[in-house]
Amino acid sequence: MNPPPQTRSFDPAQDPQDDPALREAQEHRLRQVWASPTGWRRLFETNNSTIGLWYTATAFSFFLFAGVLALLMRVQLAQPGASFLSPGVYNQALTVHGSAMMFLFAVPMFEAIAMLLMPQMIGARDLPFPRLSAFGFWCFLFGGVFFWGSILFNAAPQSGWFMYPPMATREAGIGADVWLLGLSFIEVASIAAAVELIVGVLKCRAPGMRINVMPLYGWYVLVVGVMILFAFPPLIAGDILFELNRAMGWPFFDAAKGGDPLLWQHLFWIFGHPEVYIVFLPSIALAAMIVPTIVRTPIFGYSWIVLAAVGTGFLSFGLWVHHMFTTGLPSISIGFFSAASQAVALPTGVQLFCFIATLMLGRVRRSLPMLWIIGAFAIFVLGGLTGMMVAVAPFDWVAHDTYFVVAHLHYVLIGGMLFPIIAGIYYYAPLVLGRTLSERAGRWAFWLGLVGFNVTFFPMHFTGLSGMPRRVATYPAGIGLETLNLISTIGAFIFAFAIGIIAADILLGLFRKRTGDAGRNPWGAGTLEWLAERPMQPWGMRCAPEVSSRYPLWDDPDFVRRYDEGRGLLPDAREGRRETVLTTVLDARPIQIQRLPAPSPLPMLSAIGLAGLFIFPTFHWTIPAMISGAFAAVFVLAWLWTGTNDIPEAPTKDAGRGITLPLHASGPSSIGWWAVFITMTGSSTAFASLVFAYFYYWTIHPVWPPAGTPVMSAFWPGIAAAAALAHWASMFAARRATDRSRPGLARLAMVVGAATALLSASALMLGPWSAGLDPKSHAYPATIWVLAGWSAAHLLLGMVAALYCLARSLVGRISAEFDGDLWNATLFAHFTVPTVLVTLAVMRLFPGSGGGP
Amino acid sequence: MAALFWVLGAAGAIIWTVMMALLLYALYFKPRIHAERTASLLVWIGGLAIPATGIVVLVIYTLPMMPSLRAQAGQPTIEVVGELYWWRVRYRLSDGRVVETANELHLPVGQRTDLALTSPDVIHSLWIPALAGKMDMIPGRTNRIALEPEREGRYGGICAELCGESHSFMRFEAVVQSPDALARWLGAQAADANPPATPEEKRGAALFHETGCGACHTIRGTQAEGRSGPDLTHVGSRERIAGGLLPNNQGTLAGWIAASQDLKPGNKMPSFAVLPGDDLRALAAYLAALK
Repeated sequence: MNPPPQTRSFDPAQDPQDDPALREAQEHRLRQVWASPTGWRRLFETNNSTIGLWYTATAFSFFLFAGVLALLMRVQLAQPGASFLSPGVYNQALTVHGSAMMFLFAVPMFEAIAMLLMPQMIGARDLPFPRLSAFGFWCFLFGGVFFWGSILFNAAPQSGWFMYPPMATREAGIGADVWLLGLSFIEVASIAAAVELIVGVLKCRAPGMRINVMPLYGWYVLVVGVMILFAFPPLIAGDILFELNRAMGWPFFDAAKGGDPLLWQHLFWIFGHPEVYIVFLPSIALAAMIVPTIVRTPIFGYSWIVLAAVGTGFLSFGLWVHHMFTTGLPSISIGFFSAASQAVALPTGVQLFCFIATLMLGRVRRSLPMLWIIGAFAIFVLGGLTGMMVAVAPFDWVAHDTYFVVAHLHYVLIGGMLFPIIAGIYYYAPLVLGRTLSERAGRWAFWLGLVGFNVTFFPMHFTGLSGMPRRVATYPAGIGLETLNLISTIGAFIFAFAIGIIAADILLGLFRKRTGDAGRNPWGAGTLEWLAERPMQPWGMRCAPEVSSRYPLWDDPDFVRRYDEGRGLLPDAREGRRETVLTTVLDARPIQIQRLPAPSPLPMLSAIGLAGLFIFPTFHWTIPAMISGAFAAVFVLAWLWTGTNDIPEAPTKDAGRGITLPLHASGPSSIGWWAVFITMTGSSTAFASLVFAYFYYWTIHPVWPPAGTPVMSAFWPGIAAAAALAHWASMFAARRATDRSRPGLARLAMVVGAATALLSASALMLGPWSAGLDPKSHAYPATIWVLAGWSAAHLLLGMVAALYCLARSLVGRISAEFDGDLWNATLFAHFTVPTVLVTLAVMRLFPGSGGGP
Repeated sequence: MAALFWVLGAAGAIIWTVMMALLLYALYFKPRIHAERTASLLVWIGGLAIPATGIVVLVIYTLPMMPSLRAQAGQPTIEVVGELYWWRVRYRLSDGRVVETANELHLPVGQRTDLALTSPDVIHSLWIPALAGKMDMIPGRTNRIALEPEREGRYGGICAELCGESHSFMRFEAVVQSPDALARWLGAQAADANPPATPEEKRGAALFHETGCGACHTIRGTQAEGRSGPDLTHVGSRERIAGGLLPNNQGTLAGWIAASQDLKPGNKMPSFAVLPGDDLRALAAYLAALK
């Protein structure tokens, strides 16, 4: 039950914000509410500006570390037959370099920058789930340090960032486990960030900022967030299969026992190719913010760009096989994926030409950010064109896994991701660091970087075509590779020096006092993030201003004054709570005031517990891992208990400007419901990947399930299906009974819901167990077990959700009016029960599995 | 293939130059601010029409190339097996005999040869840059590739898929020769090993069996019938040893036996550093004489 927003007439002549004393008192209260805790309690901060800054700094540090590894590899390759790094250490270096650049820099950097800048771009005070941001950051930090640290102990993975089995499943030592567990942990954090950013873009925009008015950055974040939701889960599913193969001997990738190493390649690249666009699009998004400001002209072709970004996102999921052209796939599928890969040039071309068109419509100011964008353009276009070349299968058969591809991917990623991010650093430094970076140092860095980059990577096209494969620790003299490699090594050091200049400029600035403060909005930009006051204020937004155009600061000369005087929604923090306005998804009508939680140690503690759960199994410390996991569960429950679906002191609140908004919502209009929906969409994608594995095996095996597989009786699967349906019905019933204010009946339904979930989970596991299916014997029983385990785990979570609702109900925090928890638990069941039913159908009804026709 | 590279490369260079020229024009050289109509035309033509046409042309130009390069027909006459970190090569002769060697792939000039590629342990990829594109060797699968070399000579080959610590040392040579020369070579390879001639070779042969080398290596015509390592029946006739790592002579053979793990970390042959120098020399002499 959600009270509707109410509007009464508002007389601008009697605006309470006319009173300067009131405004000062409001600002004082806002400052107090949003001030960061001091001392070591600062670590409990959850605000997006602080977390975003930590996140960005951490990702940038990991980038520098991974760059150092690249330099070590270049030293090793400077001469033929060198022994600066042993082959084993070299393989560790190449694996950690690639994995760290992708998982510890490129993707987290997107999340970090989006967290740091996007809320204010769309006029929000903070993201909708600040504690989730903090949790994601701590997961990233712990997982990243663990992964990165492994190379210092000579214990890093050695099988390349793609970790192809059977080599990686057989790799000796803990390296492969470090990769799987450490990075899975970070992938979980990535999905958390995606959920948060999607809900942020959709629900937290300023009043009036319709979806076709929001900054392009928001669109890109939306597209990329959705891509993460569909791209990362297949990898997580692959990681689960991989670790079960490696640790328990379930033969998913073992050809001798019905598995197939190529299944991993499919799952990895279904993730891996969209990944390229996941890192590329957000950087283009930065360019889409910078270019209009530099020419002081609105972006040309807003709708074109949005369509192109969405199109790129779609296409990127249909290209993964071009990483597998040499695996011996049939020509017909190679032809299809070859053409699809070339098609991605279309949306990319549209985006680039829209930028050129924008430049044609305005007068260009010479500036550092624009210089880096020009460099990015030159590099990226070249990388895109070599991409068109390797998309041609016959050419790829030559270029694949050679230095030609090394050159191609660095042109794409450094031109498409790193250079725009550096442009963004120079552009947003006044906003984030409070000062402009050095113009002179920036120009040196640019020219050295551009020259160093090209000297490093351009020769590699020819190194590759001359016959040098990737990932070789050394090469023999006399086959024409010495000079090209030496040139690349020299270039790498020039490039590194340029990056060093930028890092030094940023670092030195932290110790200097406020030099070069360019003042408020120094570039004269038109978007909301540049409302940030000087000196910086902690509140994110003074108030939520009414927005009606894409560049409100340009289109309305009075906009900044009205904003500064708090003539928007929520100009005050009377109750001493952090708050932001929620609006409708499409037309951004204000519908609710969202209370945001205060700084809290719970996210950090949850992340520490979860870190133990992921990291201890690397060393086979099962008991500490379980204890750590239990701690994580307790902290997460405590986190949910405090500050989600709280019952506010009043049902509604005056938000200012004559608008009264509810302080609480449940069901589809609440952000919690959206977060559950989005998370479970990701979870369903992972489940779909596991089902894909089953049917993939079916296509490659003439007989599937294999002959001699024990037949499973219908008894346990039948019980599991009936109990799952009963669980579903109970959760519905609990919600209905709550709505009709019959708490006793609702509690009974919750108890039944929990019990049936437990029963269904148990029956699900008893099916394959009673049939004597041995997961170590063949890929078929292993797949059945993993599907059953996945569904059972979801049912157990459903049981916890039901019990949580019961506890909330018993302490009087669930009622007909405040039933958000129950809505979310029921939504969870909407996803879980179909998962269970699909699992049972695959397990029992699929032809040959014993029960089918 | 070279033609394909030059066509694609030239087209790419032209597109890059045009796009950079447009960008720099829009930035620095435009005489005046353009009308929205011009900008719109630019996006339609440059962003949509030209790339779409280009892609269609590219697909029509390149797709027909695929079958000739990756023909599936033809009975493979040579099996190549990717091992850690060397190449097992099996020739199926027309009379039904099978000849196994290692790290040298002999091919007839001017004729098409079909290869069957497999791997028992991890994924490798067979690549002879001068002759053809690469093809992966995947456990549980048999991939095919056809080679049709046009000129006689020796061409370097290498594993192109990261396969472990000594991936960079997994090389081989393709020897392209006239069909007659190939037939003679195959005849010689099919024969049993030469018996040891000199006293040192005889001592080497005895040591070979006492030290247990036969557990992993085959020397046809002797008791050595191990299958996990390379067939050594005619090892002395090969140009290089250890997966292309070293030239083949008595000294390098002895060095390899003594220090295989230092030379090629992680390979399956233990270093026999405990053998005295005399024994190593005798063993190497025996092997070098196995022409």
